[in-house]
Amino acid sequence: MSDERTVTGYYRTLSRNMFLSIIIVSFIPVFFVSATILYQFRVTYREKVFEQLAELVEKHQLNIDAFLNQKVADIIFLSKSKGYVNLHDEKFLQHKLTLLQQTYGSVFVDLGVIDDQGLQIAYAGPFALEKAHYDETEWFQEAMKRQVFISDVFLGLRGMPHFIIAVRDVWDGKPWILRATIDFVEFNNLVQQIRIGATGFAFIVNREGKYQTRLGFGLEANHEDILNFFMNREHFSTRGVAVVERPDVSGNRHIYAAALLKNNDWLLIYQQSTADAFSHLNRTQWICIIIFILGGVAIVTMSAILTRRMVSRISLSDREKEVMNQQVIETGKLASIGELAAGIAHEINNPVAIMVEEAGWIQDLLEEEDVKTSKNLVEIQDALSQIRVQGTRCKDITHKLLSFARKTDSRIQYIQLNDMITDISALYEQRAKYSLVQIKTILDPSLPAIRGSVSELQQVLLNLINNSLDAMEKKKGGVLTLSTFTKDDQVVVEIQDTGLGIPEANLSRLFDPFFTTKPVGKGTGLGLSICYGIIKNLGGEIHVSSQVDQGTIFGIYLPKADDMSTDLLTKGENQ
Amino acid sequence: MTVANLLLVDDEIPFVEAMTKRLAHRNFQVIAAHTGEQCLKQLEAHRDIEVVILDVKMPGMDGIETLKEIKMKYPIVEVIMLTGHATVESAIDGMKLGAFDYLMKPCDMEQLVAKAADAATRKRSQEEKIIQARLNAITSTRA
Repeated sequence: MSDERTVTGYYRTLSRNMFLSIIIVSFIPVFFVSATILYQFRVTYREKVFEQLAELVEKHQLNIDAFLNQKVADIIFLSKSKGYVNLHDEKFLQHKLTLLQQTYGSVFVDLGVIDDQGLQIAYAGPFALEKAHYDETEWFQEAMKRQVFISDVFLGLRGMPHFIIAVRDVWDGKPWILRATIDFVEFNNLVQQIRIGATGFAFIVNREGKYQTRLGFGLEANHEDILNFFMNREHFSTRGVAVVERPDVSGNRHIYAAALLKNNDWLLIYQQSTADAFSHLNRTQWICIIIFILGGVAIVTMSAILTRRMVSRISLSDREKEVMNQQVIETGKLASIGELAAGIAHEINNPVAIMVEEAGWIQDLLEEEDVKTSKNLVEIQDALSQIRVQGTRCKDITHKLLSFARKTDSRIQYIQLNDMITDISALYEQRAKYSLVQIKTILDPSLPAIRGSVSELQQVLLNLINNSLDAMEKKKGGVLTLSTFTKDDQVVVEIQDTGLGIPEANLSRLFDPFFTTKPVGKGTGLGLSICYGIIKNLGGEIHVSSQVDQGTIFGIYLPKADDMSTDLLTKGENQ
Repeated sequence: MTVANLLLVDDEIPFVEAMTKRLAHRNFQVIAAHTGEQCLKQLEAHRDIEVVILDVKMPGMDGIETLKEIKMKYPIVEVIMLTGHATVESAIDGMKLGAFDYLMKPCDMEQLVAKAADAATRKRSQEEKIIQARLNAITSTRA
């Protein structure tokens, strides 16, 4: 029992080790290769996305700067070419505004001419800003300091977001300003059209971090951290572009690409959530992970199946090996018993010969005249005759034993099964008599020879006959019929008993190694499996049919000597 | 009247004794030996021995070796081999070497007596032929 548990434990450990080895050997390279590829892919993809975003903001930086520069150039051209004299005429100014609006659409909202005191002396546009005073405004003060000034976005007197392009010129020794208002909506559209993916959007802030364009719908103006980061101009490349990935206040990671505009006054910032920017990468990663998991499941399943198959194959071959070992031991035992029996038979033969001769001598003496008259003569003669008869019986037994023992030969040779059965049944005569069993032999005189090992076939027949006798002993007697015949070109030996029979449940397991119904220590459970192995080796088959309380028939089917494969014959001759 | 002069060779002394008595009872002149060497000595000492009954299996010089010696030194002495079942092949080999016949132990006395008598008859006839041949040789030389 504990042996069985050890054996089961051994196969369980073997299964586990094989399973783990296959898993480790398969998974480790796959894992490292996948991880390396994925890492490289991720890094490359990230670099590519960053590069793309840098290019995007750079392109828009150029666009916006070009937009502003063009508008500035137009105003400078207007100021320089037409001069204060023409421009302070409101009709003329209106005409120029109309021309500009025809060229650029609604980009230019209005035009105004302002003197050095901040008074708007001429105005063309939709608002009633004639004679407006700008001397207090920040933009006017800034504009008076430089030749060209572009303001930040502000509400101003009109109460709507806009920004101003102001060009300063001098007429009659006094500075004056030509001012144009740029429509915020038009400018805003320039920025808002920068959209990639689901979350990408752009905006512009000034030096103070004030938004110069509208944020998209539903977006919050909480860019303090990133604005602080971009305030440090060291983060920008020589082309005035910077890309960085940072978490926002709520912890979501975003990629920010920024470009400096308007002589570093404004900052164009493009923002996209990392998850969105890397959505393709993430999708690819998920596909890889799913493939990896499915592959892993396939590897694990195959490993489990393979391991189970291999271990069951190993356990089967171990069992076969054990059966073979037992077979070798049994054959060896049989050969030793044969030799021992031969020795004993020979030794007994001499004393028996002496006894028979002495009895013969007494018989001779009884012929003498003086003894003939003895009243016990008949008794003595009877006794002597009995001694002679029993001596002859002893001789017969020793002769049979010797003739049997001499055939313990495992070489493959031609065998006449009828002779073997006759020898064996003679050996069992005594045991059968005591078991109240009658042995009948029905032998086909024209039975062809077979080729096989005498000792092995003896072993098979002895085993089957022993089992039959055991089964009949339990029933206090019966008939053992040993018959030989030919069927479908096969030589058949049938061993039929009238014993207890075998329950159907046990029939299918009968030839399994170690299957026994005998009490512990009585049977190894190897007899029939060894018989099965021997008959299979000879290219034959062994069948059993049984009915409980009726008896059992074992049929051994062997090929005729001529039909046996050359392989087997060669194997026999080499032994 | 003596049927034949026998030399009985077997290492089993009780067997030899019983056989000797029984053969003597049947008018055989029996001398016993228990080894191959003794057998050859007895043959040397008793030149009138006609038939040797020789056990195959003996310690020392066995039956076959003894038979070879006998046939070399005394070619016309007839030998009957006695054998157990295990040494039948040896007994048959013995016949190839010139033994008259073989018998299996324990043997039937009547069979042994018959074979011994036959052997003795053959030995005598051989002897006669030899004597006749010698006489013929002598007479032819004289003539």
